[in-house]
Amino acid sequence: MQETASPQTAAPSAIALNGVDVAFRLADGGVYTAVERADLAVADGEFVAIVGPTGCGKSTLLNIAAGLLAPAGGQVNIYGAPLPGLNRQAGYLFQADALFPWKTALENVAIGPETAGMPAPEARARAQAWLTRVGLGAFGDRYPHMLSGGQRKRVGLAQVLIRDPKILLMDEPFGPLDAQTRQIMGNLLLDLWSADRKAVLFVTHDLEEAIALSDRVVIMSAGPAARIIGDWRVPLARPRDISEIKAEPDFQKLHRDIWHMLKAEVIKGYAQAEGV
Amino acid sequence: MSRVTLLALQVMVAVVSLMLWHLLTTVPVFGRVLLPPFFFSNPFDVAHQVYIWFATGVIWKHLWVTLIEAVLAFFIGSIGGILVGFWFARQPRTAAVFDPYVKMANALPRVVLAPIFTLWLGLGIWSKVALGVTLVFFIVFFNVYQGVKEVSPTVLANARMLGMNERQLMRHVYWPSALSWMFSSLHTSVGFAVVGAVVGEYLGAAAGLGYLIQQAEGIFDVAGVFAGMFVLAAFVIVIDTIVTVIERRLLVWRPVAETRP
Repeated sequence: MQETASPQTAAPSAIALNGVDVAFRLADGGVYTAVERADLAVADGEFVAIVGPTGCGKSTLLNIAAGLLAPAGGQVNIYGAPLPGLNRQAGYLFQADALFPWKTALENVAIGPETAGMPAPEARARAQAWLTRVGLGAFGDRYPHMLSGGQRKRVGLAQVLIRDPKILLMDEPFGPLDAQTRQIMGNLLLDLWSADRKAVLFVTHDLEEAIALSDRVVIMSAGPAARIIGDWRVPLARPRDISEIKAEPDFQKLHRDIWHMLKAEVIKGYAQAEGV
Repeated sequence: MSRVTLLALQVMVAVVSLMLWHLLTTVPVFGRVLLPPFFFSNPFDVAHQVYIWFATGVIWKHLWVTLIEAVLAFFIGSIGGILVGFWFARQPRTAAVFDPYVKMANALPRVVLAPIFTLWLGLGIWSKVALGVTLVFFIVFFNVYQGVKEVSPTVLANARMLGMNERQLMRHVYWPSALSWMFSSLHTSVGFAVVGAVVGEYLGAAAGLGYLIQQAEGIFDVAGVFAGMFVLAAFVIVIDTIVTVIERRLLVWRPVAETRP
């Protein structure tokens, strides 16, 4: 078992969480601590996956990094500077459908640049190029409800990436998809990512997906008061093919090692979810 | 059920009802006419009355007046409902302060307002428009309020992460969401605009379908009352069809539930 700290380089981390606590006020006046003293650093250009049992506060951590949620304690630094509010350097791909249902696929992708003040025709042209990149060049005039789950995720990916964020936050983005579509989406993601290596924080409950995609896998314990309990480097060469990499001995060994630790937490998580 | 069968059955319902009406008002059963024509008229007299209205062109003026009143009530009520709905949804404190008064005003039967409006605005179209506005306003208001409140949190978070400021959120998120709620209640609000106009006319006017019905009633002309009702029903169906067409255009992004015969 190898515990690796993130490499201390001169450049500040893209995302640095130092002793972050997350707490929610409950309706009865009590306080629910979701995450306790989380330390996490994502270097520029690094692909980090957070894995943990259901309800452990993985998504909460993402919302902290996005600035959608303020931590109850601790520090959030983005490229060395404290995060004042919304993280303007981050793109966020949500787990649930987040496309604007009243806009077509093309309008959904173009909205980012348009919001930033780009003239509409130019934004449209760029959006069309991005739709083509995610394989939906011919679907620009469809509304989200006319697209399949996988296609909606592609539009979501284009919607986020067209703004060229330096950090990409992903919250179980391929969770609702079927196994084949997940693999295809994973490969598409790696493809797009390798073009300009953004810092990625990818939340998933699927350990295989986490190992196949990322440079580092971070394990969280079951909530409440979830903590980061493991940090594993993934020594697999890139470029990778998600469906093939799972057959490699290195992959399987790493999977076994991490799963050994994760299993106990998953069982704990289920027990809590069922109110035992 | 195929379209043709459906249409045939729909026509059959009308034919059977009209035949029953005709028979019961003209043919004695056991020496007694079950529906005295004085109170129930009969289909031919009613049809004749409708025919005369259209043949002489008298009806157009009344239809026009009712239409104008309903359209004005709809637009004024909608604009008011949208503005106040947005305001309250974005200012929870204001909404909380006004909440009991909104409920009171909404619970009030609008008919009782008609005399007030007649006093204030006279017998012309504006007292009817005002009555329609009080009906339309609340439907639109509640829907817009709900639409702004119930924007999906994920969509909202996404919009913010995409860099939208308050004004852009309004335009790209709150506004479309509120409009979709408003449009989904379009049939109801348009219907109420017509109700407001007709009821207002009935209670005191110089023109309009409600006035026509009220005048016929005043001289015990039951055929005239029924004829007015039929013209009104046809008028409402025409308006409803137009609303359906507009709705389809506006809500093209909405998933349509597949209904199979």
